[in-house]
Amino acid sequence: MKRTFSIGGVHPHDSKISRGCAIEPLPLPPTVYLSVAQHIGAPAKPVVAPGDKVKVGQVVAEPGGFVSAFIHSSVSGTVKSVAPRKDLAGNEVMTIEIAVEGDEWMEGIDTSDTILTEIPDDNKAIIEKIRLGGVVGLGGATFPTHVKLSPPPGSKCGMVIINACECEPYLTSDFRTLLEKGEQVVIGAAILRQVMGNVPCTIGIEENKPEAIEHIKAVIEKLSKISPKYQGISVLSLKKRYPQGGEKQLIDAVMHRQVGSGALPISVGAVVQNVATALAVYDAVLKNKPIVDNSVTVTGECFPRQANLLVRVGTPLRFILDYLGGLPENAVKVISGGPMMGRAVSNLDAATLKGTGALLMLTEAQTRRKPASNCIRCGKCADACPMGLEPFLLNRLAKVDDLEALEANAVQDCIECGCCLYSCPANIPLLDNIRLAKGAVLRAIRARATKK
Amino acid sequence: MSKLLVSPSPHIHSKDSTRSLMADVLIALAPAVVASVVFYGWRELLLMGVSVATCVLLEYLITRFLMKKPSTVGDLSAVITGVLLALNVPYTLPWWIMVIGAVVAIGVAKMTFGGIGQNVFNPAIVGRVFLLVSYPSQMTTWSAPQGLFGADAITGATPLGAIKEGLLKGSSVQDIMAAGGYDYSSMLFANLGGSAGEVCALALLAGFVYLLCRRVVKPWITLSIFATVALTSLIFWGINPARFTDPLFNLLTGGLILGACFMATDYVTSPMSNWGGVVFGVGIGFLTVMIRYFGSYPEGVSFAILIMNSVVPLLNRWFKQKKFGRA
Amino acid sequence: MTQTIIWTIAIVTALGLVLALVLYLVAEKFKVEEDPRIDEVEKTMPGANCGGCGFAGCRAFAEAAVSSETLDGIFCPVGGNDTMAKVAGILGIEAVAKAPMVAVVRCNGTCQNRPKVNDYDGYPSCRVKASLYSGDTACAWGCLGCGDCVAACTFGALSMDPETGLPVVDEAKCTACGACVKACPKSVMELRAKGPRGMREYVSCLNRDKGPSAKKACAAACIGCGICVKTCTHGAIVLENNVAYIDSSKCKLCRECEALCPTGAIHGVNFPKPLDKDAVKARVQERQRKAREAAAAAAKAAAEAAAQEPQKKEEE
Repeated sequence: MKRTFSIGGVHPHDSKISRGCAIEPLPLPPTVYLSVAQHIGAPAKPVVAPGDKVKVGQVVAEPGGFVSAFIHSSVSGTVKSVAPRKDLAGNEVMTIEIAVEGDEWMEGIDTSDTILTEIPDDNKAIIEKIRLGGVVGLGGATFPTHVKLSPPPGSKCGMVIINACECEPYLTSDFRTLLEKGEQVVIGAAILRQVMGNVPCTIGIEENKPEAIEHIKAVIEKLSKISPKYQGISVLSLKKRYPQGGEKQLIDAVMHRQVGSGALPISVGAVVQNVATALAVYDAVLKNKPIVDNSVTVTGECFPRQANLLVRVGTPLRFILDYLGGLPENAVKVISGGPMMGRAVSNLDAATLKGTGALLMLTEAQTRRKPASNCIRCGKCADACPMGLEPFLLNRLAKVDDLEALEANAVQDCIECGCCLYSCPANIPLLDNIRLAKGAVLRAIRARATKK
Repeated sequence: MSKLLVSPSPHIHSKDSTRSLMADVLIALAPAVVASVVFYGWRELLLMGVSVATCVLLEYLITRFLMKKPSTVGDLSAVITGVLLALNVPYTLPWWIMVIGAVVAIGVAKMTFGGIGQNVFNPAIVGRVFLLVSYPSQMTTWSAPQGLFGADAITGATPLGAIKEGLLKGSSVQDIMAAGGYDYSSMLFANLGGSAGEVCALALLAGFVYLLCRRVVKPWITLSIFATVALTSLIFWGINPARFTDPLFNLLTGGLILGACFMATDYVTSPMSNWGGVVFGVGIGFLTVMIRYFGSYPEGVSFAILIMNSVVPLLNRWFKQKKFGRA
Repeated sequence: MTQTIIWTIAIVTALGLVLALVLYLVAEKFKVEEDPRIDEVEKTMPGANCGGCGFAGCRAFAEAAVSSETLDGIFCPVGGNDTMAKVAGILGIEAVAKAPMVAVVRCNGTCQNRPKVNDYDGYPSCRVKASLYSGDTACAWGCLGCGDCVAACTFGALSMDPETGLPVVDEAKCTACGACVKACPKSVMELRAKGPRGMREYVSCLNRDKGPSAKKACAAACIGCGICVKTCTHGAIVLENNVAYIDSSKCKLCRECEALCPTGAIHGVNFPKPLDKDAVKARVQERQRKAREAAAAAAKAAAEAAAQEPQKKEEE
């Protein structure tokens, strides 16, 4: 029997209709908008001023704290402004606006397609290169990678897991990356496993991507003949189940170990990195190329053309849609990310971020919520919850703001995967309320911690 | 371009709805309904029609005119209550008693608590028990099945009733069984007197398997009821086979299968977690056997389920699913 | 028969007496010594247990009031000055009178003034909506219209107006407990001094965007033009972050700002007469013209004086 995580989960329709579309580069937009908040942690501090000329890969913002990341210009041109601008949810974020002129890259960046397989031995230098490359977790959380690779003293890493589940419906950019840049991903994985102390590395891929599993297996075999550094990397085929790509769920599936409440994966000896992050690590370490572009799946049944695009960071969403024929008449919702955890876009003038993995368009029939009715206590939400919580109870407690009971019932463990709301036959907006309560409880826990 | 729709994630929903789940239960009940009509004739179908119509109409009237809310009859739960109630009474029951039962089931047991999802007790069982204590003679006049176009009804006791009566007279279980001509294959294929839903165990089980395959219900409650009934009666039967009936007899008679498969598994009135369900089932099974052996009523499933319904909130509190990464 | 009745009565009476005695003894034995003034204070409270004072309920308030020396920072917004005077009387200290307050809605983004630009489809709660995004209009500052304030009000003083999509305060019922202020994620609700006979002026907008984008989002937005600040002769209006605010303690209710506001963002309520905007405008313009003339004259005089000064020196 194939491995998977042990509690809950759902099986939404796969809908990977763009899986056959090779990654193609999107033409440069006339202007890019680089937000300073493209990662979890402190926003970056802009180091350019209006009128400055920048090249591709030039630093435009520096980390604003320990948990923060560099931001590089994704285009060459002139800085137009450094000012607040509305993001995809309409909230103002400090943004660097750059008018595109040509496509001149910084010196030292290797833009060729040559695959480099020589991994340097100096781990400190590698982590520094990852930091300077502005690499963040591209699986969704955008946690700065160099921080994750520097575990707190006393903790020991036992395994690096490459997250290639792509368990959300519709998304195919990781799948295409595995097929088209399999070598780079495996080399990135080898770098990560060397940095963590030559630990074994497992690439977890769901069984609905057999081509990718075969291809990566072949790549590993080929590379391990070149250098022993590529031995110790293996592919693990996992049962298809959402949310397998959740960090804690993937560790459970691969290692059969459960990360405790509020604990980090390193507490069970795991470090999880996404496929796109492994690619970014390869680029940053061996090609000196910071994150200036990423692959974005543009899809939806109502959309005339499915695509996987290589998009420069900061490209306006509207530019991407217009390139592919514009927003269809019957599309009512544009989602940045997948249908289970992605964010609905209210402002199409917003630009992509490093972590933008997909643009999904859904129709009224696909996405409009149905009116909620009484809870019938079927317990489907509790069966679906991958954290073993009781969403029906948390929802009720959240409505009366009972923070103590919410904490006792572990609302803070919620990973906001959406399984509860997805499976509720009465269409009760469980997660809407639970998410809010989780925030309040986490704030209360933090406040208690700082008091002590 | 029309206005963009914005909502928190997730942006898609499974195909399940309250209505689709209830429709699945109705499909699962279909074999039993067909069997009861085949064995008992058209009157059974008419009685069921009266029951369902009363349930649905009453729920509609209460939601629209008393609660002043959109009607909830579309979710089909009232239809299920109606069908289950009709399967729980003898087919000879006068239609007006059927109406009273349905009014109690929906009006008292369901809507006074606030409608679907809010009731503590299973509405169909409350309706049935109300009729049992209010109209005992009509509710316990059982007729042996006569078929769709059969001859006149022959009044006879249910196997459980016959045993209770015989024991009181001092006969042993074996004698009564032999005198009544009860055997297990007729119990499985519906040849004995009883309420409409009790007659064909196979049809009920087929429906339950459908529910399991569609993942509408989980098997734990039902299995634990069966196991507990079998185990408890095995112990007593082992001690004194002349006084106590055997496990197989207890499993196949008196609506145990109907109760375990369709009434105890009602979402609203059963525990949420698997272990809670097991304890719930053990309670029902044990109480059923105790009532059958020592109670004054020959039949105990309905009472057992009602009693266990009342402890469901406690079971929900005590038996929780294991949380991820917590001891 | 008679005997039965007599016996019944006798037994029940005896039982009652015995139980009463037991109850009395138990109550005496387990009596909790408490300051009797707590009960007295509690009796004077409105008894709504709304929590508007910051304590868990009226009882908690009474306990806090009795244990405090000065009643500093202890005020029942619902009972107001009357109740506080009574409480102070019981405790034998002096009450500090506070101006009566009332909740006001500082947003005028009605459906007409502020068109929707997207369609919200989540749980109808302002808090959920605010945590998701900036809202379904182009204004990120105003009322979200899901009625969290209405749900928070325990006095039934708030209701949503289906015409405007904004909450409406029933001044007669509002006790200024502040529950709506806490409930509103956009801080649209504000407790303001009720004002003489209920008359008050306030800026019904919180939009901090620059003028053009504020105006584009909402026809009734404060565009931060500063006309009101210049007009006000009492120094009651400040302009901060592109939005004006009227300090009710300084406002003299002259309604000049209201008349001159180009977008109608300043509201005056409960005034006996409707505002004659043109007359007030003319009055203000006349005054400003005179002021300008006076200033010009003064400047001229100063310039002349300055010009004469060197001459004088030279003369000397």
